[in-house]
This record gives sequence, structure tokens and C-alpha cells, in this order.
Amino acid sequence: MSSGVWIAGGGVISGIGMNLSECITAFEKMQPGMQEMKYLESIHRKTYPVAEVKAGNDLLASIAAESIYWSRTALLSKIAAKEAWQNSGLSEISAYKVGFVSASTVGGMDRTEYFMEEYLHDNSRGRLRNAIYHDCGSITDLVAESLGIEDFISTISTACSSGANALMYASRLIQSKMLDVVIAGGADSLTRFTLNGFNALMILDQEPCKPFDENRKGLNLGEGAAYLVLVSDRLAEKLQPWCRLSGFANANDAFHQTASSPEGIGNFMAMKRALEKAGIKPEDIDYINLHGTGTANNDSSEAQAILNLFGNTPPPLSSTKSFTGHTLAASGALEAVFSAYAIKEGIIFPNAHFATPMSNFAISPVTSFLKGKNLEHVMSNSFGFGGNCSSLIFSKDY
Amino acid sequence: MNNNMDNLMAELKAQIIEQLNLQEVQPGDIDNDQPLFREGLGLDSIDALELIVLLQQHYNIKLSNPADGPEVFYSVRSLAEFITAEREKAG
Amino acid sequence: MSLYITSAVIIRNQTVRKNGSVAFQSSETNVHLFLRAIYDYLEVSYTRFHKMDALNKLGWAAAEFLLQEIESGFVDKESAGIVLANKSSSLDTDERFLESTKSVASPALFVYTLPNIVLGEICIRHGLKGENTFFVTPNFDITFMHDYTEQLFESEAVNACIIGWAEQYHEQYEAAFYLVQKSSMGLQEPFTIKALEKLYE
Repeated sequence: MSSGVWIAGGGVISGIGMNLSECITAFEKMQPGMQEMKYLESIHRKTYPVAEVKAGNDLLASIAAESIYWSRTALLSKIAAKEAWQNSGLSEISAYKVGFVSASTVGGMDRTEYFMEEYLHDNSRGRLRNAIYHDCGSITDLVAESLGIEDFISTISTACSSGANALMYASRLIQSKMLDVVIAGGADSLTRFTLNGFNALMILDQEPCKPFDENRKGLNLGEGAAYLVLVSDRLAEKLQPWCRLSGFANANDAFHQTASSPEGIGNFMAMKRALEKAGIKPEDIDYINLHGTGTANNDSSEAQAILNLFGNTPPPLSSTKSFTGHTLAASGALEAVFSAYAIKEGIIFPNAHFATPMSNFAISPVTSFLKGKNLEHVMSNSFGFGGNCSSLIFSKDY
Repeated sequence: MNNNMDNLMAELKAQIIEQLNLQEVQPGDIDNDQPLFREGLGLDSIDALELIVLLQQHYNIKLSNPADGPEVFYSVRSLAEFITAEREKAG
Repeated sequence: MSLYITSAVIIRNQTVRKNGSVAFQSSETNVHLFLRAIYDYLEVSYTRFHKMDALNKLGWAAAEFLLQEIESGFVDKESAGIVLANKSSSLDTDERFLESTKSVASPALFVYTLPNIVLGEICIRHGLKGENTFFVTPNFDITFMHDYTEQLFESEAVNACIIGWAEQYHEQYEAAFYLVQKSSMGLQEPFTIKALEKLYE
């Protein structure tokens, strides 16, 4: 018998809230997190709205109980991982065999940028303590050590599907009985590097993004961190898990470095294989949390893949990126936390700023916060650069 | 005038090869009227963005709407005509 | 489950070794020129190659040698996966992109500022559509890679898989690629940690 993987708890920090309950309230009150840049220094401040975590590094450091010299990515990571553990119902971390699998694309680059600024100006200057956490891996190590996790630590970097891939990997670690508990997810802070890069690709919207809308103009960048606590059958018996991670799959679109194939081949294959793994049919899915970045190319590929798989009547769906912005490596993790919590609470999240359905596709996302739903199965999509496509399925069955 | 246009197109071919790393292509391989995208040089969306960079770096012209790309970047001639028109506007 | 290493390619020190023997050697010490020499030697026309950064060229070259002769042996490319790791992520290109932002940020450089793009380039080249993962680890951890791959096959996530190491930073480079399949063909080496280590030597 294949062993089950259960979600014992989750934590999140994002542009719409410092913790999970604040984020849920923001969805309920229809308050997306995009604003003018306040914490990131950039020449694009007035041009592009972003969904920043509404706190400076000093406040984040005090919440995380860590040094203000930590990278913002690491601070966000620790805050969300700690919340996830606290609401899992488990006792001390030291009481279990725990793993930490974290995804990141920028790592400690936020601090490297401070370093480079001084260093490029005068190469005898620049504080080296600002550059030592540059690697994605060093952020994972730093947070794991601070949480007291020693048994297993791993970093995944596969662009915008990294967070989802971290959960897939964690799930396998539990299924193979290597570990009883894994804290898995991802963290990325906003940096000028990513902002300049997405600007060079001309896929940033100068207004709040409009995923799945005919008049969508691009994405908004965001930042944040999110983690789920995954546990084995044995531990789940003693807890009140939210739901099960019942299916997952990853496929490569094999089309282009950054663009999705028009038919969404990789998206389709990831969703289809995840359904097969969960042992359910497309009509069993009660809600899809879309990848839904808001770019012309991404959304039309995803829409096409969904229509190909689900037929003309897809389940209710929405993109929570219309609230949190695109948090890159953290996005798959943020959306996994929202999806798992949706099952537990029977809620469906709204898609902000949606007005006009895409002319080529008969798909309209949910536009208001829905409560009192019985959700048996929820799908969460994350598709990244490099053609890396992942789909996760969370299921209620106990 | 025609001479100017020919010079500009020759200059553009060299710049396109350089900017897009078309290492197996010689300027003489590119016809003035040949479509740059799909068939022909087989350029893709990232190349289109690099052509926007090229315009900015070498000609100080900002193409802010990528939707204008297909028309402007249709061929070396259309690109040269666009640059000439922009220069006259600025002039 | 019986798994086999059906092909293995090591690229380091201006040399390509395939299945244990030297397949190509060059006097080029510059990483870009060395990789271009491999491209010319292979006599393939694939103009995308010239647009890639060095890490992607390295991965592309390793995959070309790896799949030579054996590519037709793939039962189902849609379930062929790739799992790679390295230590420097895409740092080399990250630096070059950062440099470009001083004048005009280069989109062509930005697309290579993620380590997993090399997985995408190999998938595009060979039409592979299975599971992809990229790990950032301090060194090439063969035991980890072996165990992870075994799990992928056991959970039926892949039916063939390219695994290995693709590292490049400035003039340093090293690739170690293995093709793992369910049937014994090509190199016909049982998939063990010891065999991976021996081929890596």
C-alpha cells in the first residue's frame, strides 16, 4: 500500500498578510497587496506596482528573532516555516526526524545587491557579511539551523515551479519512509535583479495584474514565503491534518526557455499525470488554483490546457497571484498553502481585477470569496521558466 | 538617400548578427526583404526583445509597446525605414 | 527493480569521455571556445547553441554525446526525465546580466539566470517531457543522486532519466551525465553508487 502524505499545518507571509489568517482576511475583504514600492529601492518605483511584504527588515528580524543582517529571503522563510510548525499540532522539532526542503530563485541576492553597490563604487569597500548568503542553499541552511533541523536539508531551484517541486520532493521523502515530517515550501524576496529582468522581458503590468482577463498586460512581482508541514500516516493519526497531498506531477513543456507552448503541452501533462497519481478524474476536482500570472502567453496556454483536460465546463478556478503578485520560487508554496487550507475551511478564493473573459477561451474565474463549500479535491498549478510545469492535488479523504 | 538606406541596412545586418549571436550567419545571407522571424532566420520572442535593446543602444530609439514589434521587425528594410522615420521625427 | 546506466559522459579538462573512453579532446582552454570546438566536432546544425550561456552549452554538449547512438532506444520520450545538480547555480550569467543592467538589461541574458534553464534546453533539443528537477548542492553527491533516481523510478515518475552534475563558473566547468534506463542496453552497467563513482573518476 502506498503510504499517505498528510498536511499537518501551514504558514505564509506575503504582500497580503504577515501570517495565514491575515492573508485569508485580505481575500475575504478583496484587498490585493500591490502598491507602490516602499522597501525595494529601484528606478522603477513609480512605474511598476509590486506586492511587497509590508514590513522593513528590522521588523521582520524582530518577528523572526534573528539578526537584521540576515537576508530578507531568510527572514521571510523563517517566519513562515515557524508559523507552519506552530499550527501543525506537533510538539518540539527535536522530538521528530524532520526534513527541510526549501525553494528559492534569488536566495540572499537582496543583500548581495547592497554589497555590490558599495563594492562597485570602491572595491576596498562593501561589507562581506552582506554577500555571504548569496547562494540559495545558504539560506536554507541558515533557516534550518535556526529552527533546529538537522536530519535532512535540501534546496530546489527550478524557477517559478520551485515551491511546488519542493512539496513533491518532500512527499517522496515521506513515502519512502526516510522521514516522518518535512517542512517544505519556498521563499523569495524582491530584488532589483528580478525586477530588471522581468522588465527586460516586457511582461510586467504597470497596473494591478488581471489574470485570465482579455485585457491582461502582464504580471506584478511579489515576495513572500510559505511552508506546509507534511507528515506520515503514523503521525497523522495523532493530529488533525488539513488534508492529504494525494497527487503531484512535473513535466517539461520542451518548447522555449521562458514562453509556454500555445497548447500548454507541459501544463496539460502535469495536470493529467497528477490526476492519475491521485487516482481521480478531472470532474472530481472542485477548485483549481491557477498558475495565472497575468501574462498574455502564460494565461492562454494554461486556459487551453485546462479546456483540453476538463472539457468545456472546468471547475471553479482563480489566480491568487491577483492578490499576492508573482512570488516566483515561493509562489507554488503560497498557493499550496492556500489550496490545502481551502479544503480544510471549505473556501474558494477570488480572482481580483477580472472583468472580461478571454476572447478565445470560455473560462471565467471566480470573482468573489466563497464560503461553506465542500471541497473534496483541489488542484494547484505552477509553471515555470525552463518549461518546468508542476501540478499538485490536495484531497480531503480521511 | 537610397545610398543612406543601403548603408543603414548593411549596418543593421552586422548589428543583428552581433546582438543575436547568429554565429553561422553572414551579413550577405540576410536579404533586405526576407522575414526575420519564423522562416528565414528563425528568430523567437527573446530575439525580438533583443532587437528592442539594439534599437535603444545603437539608435537611442525606445520601442515601448512590444505589440509594434512584428511590424517594425518584419525585415531589415522595415527596421531601417522605422529608424529613418524616427530620426526624422526627432530631427 | 533493475536499472542500468546505458550511457555516461564526463566533460572536464578540455576532454569529453564517453563510457570511459576519450571521445573528444581540444587544446582550447577558454570555456566558450572549448564548447564551440565540441559543437563544430559534432557537425550538427543547431543555431540555438550560439545563444546559450556557457552552462547551457555545457549541458547541451554533454547530452549530445550521452544520447548519441542510444536516442532511438527511448521507448517513451514523454516519460524521460532529467535531474541535475550543481553548486554555482547560474551565477556566471547572473553576473553578466547584472553588468548589462548598467546600460540596457539584456533579456537574452536574463533568461539564463536560472539554473534549471539547462534542463529546458536539453528537453527542447531532444523532445523529453518527463519530470525535471534541479538541485543546488555544495558538491556532486553521488549517493544522493542515486537514491533520488531510484525513488523516481520506483514511484513510476519516469521510465528513463538523465541524471548528473552540470557546473560552470567563469573558466571552471565540469559535467557528469548518466542515462539511466530500465533495460540493459548501451553501456549495460547496473545502476549502483559504485558504478556511478567509477565512471566519474
